[in-house]
Amino acid sequence: MGDLFSALADVFTSPTMYSSAVRLGGFLAFAAMGELVAEKAGTINISVEGSLLAGAFTGAVGYTIADGAGISGAGAVWFGLAAGVFGGVLVALIQANMSHRLTADQFVVGLTANVLVLGLAGYLSANMDLVTHRAEVIEIPLLVDIPLLGPAFFGQTWPTYLLYPLIPLTWWLLYKTRWGLELRAVGENPQAADVSGIDVNKRRRQAIYYMGILAGLGGAFLVVGQVGTYDTGAVGGRGFIAIAAVYFGGWRLGGVLLGVFVFGLADAFRLAVPVLGYQLNAQFLAALPYVITLVVMFFITKAYRQPMALSRPFIRGLR
Amino acid sequence: MTDLATEPAEIEAAPAEPSRWRTGLEWAVLYVLSIAGALVISAGLVAVTGNSWQKVFGALLDGAFLAEGRWGNTLTVAAPLLLVALGMVVGVKAGLFNIGQEGQLLMGAMAMAFVGTKLAGPGPVLLVLGLVMGVVAGGAYAGIAGVMKYRRNVPEVISTLLLVFIAYQIVGYAITTDWFLRDTDPDRPSRAVTSAIMPEGIRLPVIRMFGNEFPIGFVIAVILAFVVAFVLVRTVWGFRFRLLGSNPKVAQKMGIAANRTGGMALFISGGFAGLAGAIMLAGGSSGFRLTTGFATNIGWQGLLVALVAGSNALASIVVAILFAALRTGSGFLASTGVDRKIVDVVQALLVLALLIPPAVMFVRRRRKALAMADEEIDLANEEER
Repeated sequence: MGDLFSALADVFTSPTMYSSAVRLGGFLAFAAMGELVAEKAGTINISVEGSLLAGAFTGAVGYTIADGAGISGAGAVWFGLAAGVFGGVLVALIQANMSHRLTADQFVVGLTANVLVLGLAGYLSANMDLVTHRAEVIEIPLLVDIPLLGPAFFGQTWPTYLLYPLIPLTWWLLYKTRWGLELRAVGENPQAADVSGIDVNKRRRQAIYYMGILAGLGGAFLVVGQVGTYDTGAVGGRGFIAIAAVYFGGWRLGGVLLGVFVFGLADAFRLAVPVLGYQLNAQFLAALPYVITLVVMFFITKAYRQPMALSRPFIRGLR
Repeated sequence: MTDLATEPAEIEAAPAEPSRWRTGLEWAVLYVLSIAGALVISAGLVAVTGNSWQKVFGALLDGAFLAEGRWGNTLTVAAPLLLVALGMVVGVKAGLFNIGQEGQLLMGAMAMAFVGTKLAGPGPVLLVLGLVMGVVAGGAYAGIAGVMKYRRNVPEVISTLLLVFIAYQIVGYAITTDWFLRDTDPDRPSRAVTSAIMPEGIRLPVIRMFGNEFPIGFVIAVILAFVVAFVLVRTVWGFRFRLLGSNPKVAQKMGIAANRTGGMALFISGGFAGLAGAIMLAGGSSGFRLTTGFATNIGWQGLLVALVAGSNALASIVVAILFAALRTGSGFLASTGVDRKIVDVVQALLVLALLIPPAVMFVRRRRKALAMADEEIDLANEEER
C-alpha cells in the first residue's frame, strides 16, 4: 500500500503523466460527447464501440487512399478524418434505423453492430495494405508553457485541437438550440414530446447520427491523429468506457469530459508506474478504470438523475 | 356518441383481420428476404476479396458436419453456447439484460480450475463440486450487478458489461500467481502462462459413436433447456420471473419483491454462464487449461443465440447448434484462403436479418391499429356533428 501512495505522489507531479492521459483519453472524449447526446435523447448506444472501430478502419482506409493519390501530410490526415466520420455514421445508421424506426431492441442491435464491425474490420483489413502515419505535433505558443498541464492540452498532435471547438458546439446544440431542447424532451418524456408535435423517434435517430459523427471522428483520430498505425484491436472495448464516462459524469457535459480525463489518467498511471520503477500489480492497474467507474456509479447514480426515458423505446400509443 | 349497448361481437368484428394464411405468408416472405439479403451480402464480401463463395460454403459445411468427427466438435462448442443462452433467456424473461456472460463464464471456469487443480479427492466428486462451484462463481459475479441494481439503481446493462473487463484481469492475475492457479510445473509443454492442466479424473466423459466424440456437456445443456422451458411456464418461480419482466408494477402489487426475484434471475443467469465455463474447461477447451483467451467470445455469442431464438429455451438449442457450426466450420476456411473472421460477419448479418421481420410486422400492426383508432375518432366526431 505504501508503494501505491508514493507511486501516486510521484506520478501525479510529472507533466508526462498528464500528456499521456490526454493522449490516451482524447479519442474517448469525442465518443463520450456523442454518446452523451444519444443518451440525452433516450438511447443507451452500445454501438458506440462499433462506431469508433468503424471510424478507425475507414479513417485508415481514407488515409491510405489519399496517400496513394499523392496527397500527404495534413491533407491525408484530413481525408482520413472525413472518411472516419463516414464509417461512424454508417454504424449509427444501422443502430438508429433498426432501433428507432423498426423498434428492434436497442441493446440487441448495438451488440450485433459491434460484432459486425469487429468482423468486417478484421476481415477487410486482413485483405488490405493500410499505410498510415501519425499527424504532426503542433505546440500552441504561450499556452504550452503553462506548468504541468500546458504540454498535456496544448502540445499534442494537431487533430487533438479539433476536440476543443466541439465541446462548446455540443453544449450549444444540447442546451441553446430548439433542436437540443426537443432532443432532451424526447429523452425525458417522449409521450409529452409526442403530444406537442415532436417526432420522437426522428429526434432519437438524429441524436444517434450525431454520436456516429463524433465517434467516427474519434476513431479516425485514434489512428491518423494519435497512434499512427491501424490495428483492429485498437479500440478493444474502450468504447464501453465512453458509455461509462457518461454515467460517471452524471449526464453533464463537464462531468463526462472529466470522466474521460480520469480514465485517461488511470490508463496513463498504468503505463507510468513500471517506468518509474514501482512494483504494482499489472492486472489491478489494467482493471482500474473499470473498477473506478463501478465504484463511482455505486455512489453517484442516486445523486444524479438519468434521462427519465433512457433505454425505453417509444411506440406511439404504448407506454 | 357510440351506443354503449352495442353487442360486443360487433366491435370485435370491426377491425378486419387479414386471414391467418396471408399473415403467415407475409412472415415467410419477410424471413426469406432478409436471410437471403444477409447471405448475398456475405457472398459479396467473399467475392470482393477475390475468393469463391461456393468454396467457402463447402468448407464451412465440411468443417461443421460432413468431415470425420466434426459433429462431435460442433456439439462440444454448442454446449456452452446453449448454456449461456439459457441464462440469458431466464434474465430476459425477468426483464433483466445481463450482457456480462463473457466474464461470468470466466469466473465459472476459474472456480472449476481451482477445484480441479488445487483440491484433492475422488475424481467424480471433484468434477461435480467443480460444476457446482462454477455455477456459484458465475452467479455470484452476476450478483454484484444485482446488488448494484437493487441497492443503488445502477442499470445492470452497464455494470455487467464493465465487470467483463474486470474478469479478464482477474483471470490474468489468477494464472500468473503461483499460489493461485499458475502452472508451476517446469516440464509444461509451452512457455505460455496458463493454469495447471486439469487432472485425468476430473474431465467430462465423452460418448464415442459413429466416429464422433459426443460430449456429455451437450447432453446436460439440452436437458437443462427443457428444465428451463418447463420452469418458466409451469412453476411459481417461472411465473414470478415472467410477471416481473412483463409488468413490474403489477408484479409489485402481487407481492413479488423486485430485488429478491430479480436478484435470483440475475444469479441464475450468471450461474448458467459459470456452468458453461466450468463445462468448457472440464470438456477440454484450451487443452484443459485456463488461459487469458479462454472465453473466446462464447459469452458474447451465447447471448446472441438467446436473442436470435427470441428468448425461447427450446429454440435456443437449434440456434446454438447453428452458431457452433459456423464456428467449427470456420476451422476449415484456411484451405480456401479466406480469413475466418468472415464467419463473425456472417453471424452478425444473420442476427440483424432475423431481427427485421418481427420488427417490421410489429410496426405495421401498430400503424394499422393507430389508423383504425383515428378513423373511429373521426367517425365519432362526425356523428356528434
